[in-house]
Amino acid sequence: MSNEEKLLVVSPSPHVRSAATVTRIMFDVIVACVPSLIAAVILFGYRVLAITAVSVGTCMLAEWVCRKVMKRHNTLGDLSAVVTGLLIAFNVPVSIKLWMVAFAGIVAIVVVKQFFGGIGMNFVNPALIGRIVLLASFPTAMSNWVQPLSWRTDVVTTASPLAEIGNLYKAGDVSKSAIYSIDNMPSLLDMLLGKRSGSLGEVCALALLIGLAYLLIRKVIKPTIPFFYIGTVAVIMLIAGKFNFVFLAYELMAGGLLLGAIFMATDYTTSPVNFRGQIVYAIGCGLITALIRLFGSLPEGVSFAIIIMNILTPHIENFTSPKPFGSEKKKKGADEK
Amino acid sequence: MAENKRSLFKEFSKGFIDENPVLRLVLGTCPTLAVSTSVESAVGMGIAASIVLICSNIAISALRKLIPSKVRIPAYIVIIASFVTVVQMLVNAFVPTLNEQLGVYLPLIVVNCIILGRAEAFAGKNNVLASAFDGLGMGVGFTTALFCMGFIREFLGTGTITISLLNGGNALFPAVFGDNPMTIFILAPGGFFVFGMLIALANFIAEKKGKKAAQLHSCKACPMFETCTSGEKEAEEK
Repeated sequence: MSNEEKLLVVSPSPHVRSAATVTRIMFDVIVACVPSLIAAVILFGYRVLAITAVSVGTCMLAEWVCRKVMKRHNTLGDLSAVVTGLLIAFNVPVSIKLWMVAFAGIVAIVVVKQFFGGIGMNFVNPALIGRIVLLASFPTAMSNWVQPLSWRTDVVTTASPLAEIGNLYKAGDVSKSAIYSIDNMPSLLDMLLGKRSGSLGEVCALALLIGLAYLLIRKVIKPTIPFFYIGTVAVIMLIAGKFNFVFLAYELMAGGLLLGAIFMATDYTTSPVNFRGQIVYAIGCGLITALIRLFGSLPEGVSFAIIIMNILTPHIENFTSPKPFGSEKKKKGADEK
Repeated sequence: MAENKRSLFKEFSKGFIDENPVLRLVLGTCPTLAVSTSVESAVGMGIAASIVLICSNIAISALRKLIPSKVRIPAYIVIIASFVTVVQMLVNAFVPTLNEQLGVYLPLIVVNCIILGRAEAFAGKNNVLASAFDGLGMGVGFTTALFCMGFIREFLGTGTITISLLNGGNALFPAVFGDNPMTIFILAPGGFFVFGMLIALANFIAEKKGKKAAQLHSCKACPMFETCTSGEKEAEEK
């Protein structure tokens, strides 16, 4: 083809193509989840695999049945149901009953995802609704924390570090000595490696960070949302703890903050598209999380924070949509932001 | 005469699915969500509201030529409120436990949209017999919808059904989920889940019968289109 002929080729957009498909992106997310899954199996035993299998299996089955009944094309191949299943499994304690996990999977896929039109149409993150439904239905089963590594001998239940820290804050003393004087409080190294009680996927901070690194390298997510989300929580906790860095480190690693910020808040469908919107969204998530943790009656607020900001996402998009190139400024009184 | 009978039956039966007040007209949502946490209070509410609805439909229909149209809403409210007071006193006297369960929602039947809606849309324009059948059908539709919601929510939310008049006030059968009922169905979010799914189901059945799905953006799709008197309908027809 000569140069002249090349110039004459006119085609509609998209002009730039990439190999990114839904399946590839979802596969990358699954790969990023693997380190956390391995960590969970080491810490909590083989039951983790059973929970994950039930969760993923129910999600895939629910997706398949739903699409069949609604007479729509099959979307099992895009792996999004697998990701939802994995994330639900990451959000439950190891002691949970298997049928509860299946219940969460059905609610997540059928009610939240397929009733609203399937992948790309859900207004909130399905896995998080699965978690919240479980939390509202079975509050005791969902906060029955198991001591890590105790599965080899006897299963020992324990309080979660986040609840302990939260109680300290409400009592008004979050000094280093107060934190270290709590019985069975994991050290900061244990927190990083995951030797603490908690939901399956949230315990091992290191594995989650490996997942984050993989997602960033594969360009599946941009660092904006995790960075601003965790950053907002960090700033508030720094002020609340009167610049006590031990308190800060525990707050950042305990609970589901990392899991939420890396895997849940970055969901494409339910987070804003452009940079400014993502900052507003992530700061909102951080603010609500910190407020619930410090002043709420529940110890953890990540899931609720992300759900609330999911619902606000369309409004954030409205306010932060960029001005089209060459368009005139709106007149006074119009809502120009 | 046969014609007349058929149309009376139509007035009665349209309240079940085609114009079910809760599931198709989406009226009376507040008491529906609030009292449907158990079968007993749901059915109690449904029957109390049905009695008020039938009586007020008859009274308003009988008085429709005497009430000036400019003050018809206050007149309707006075009639409805009188019947609600009667029903409330009766419930208080004969089934005090139900009175406790329903609480403020019993006197609030006065402002239940279904009753005022039927008065405005039907009883104010039709004869006494047709209005009575309309009220009966709507009442049965309302009670059925409430019963379905109450049954699903109580069964899933507590694992069993408890009716204080039956079985000595104990649960009718042992809880099926053991110690782990899905409490969310008793809570408000579960109420909305069940409500949404029942609306979808009612729409599905009505569509099978050739009726249009209830849509918010078009007057013509509204099941009450025929009887509606609002200015919006006229504007759309133009």
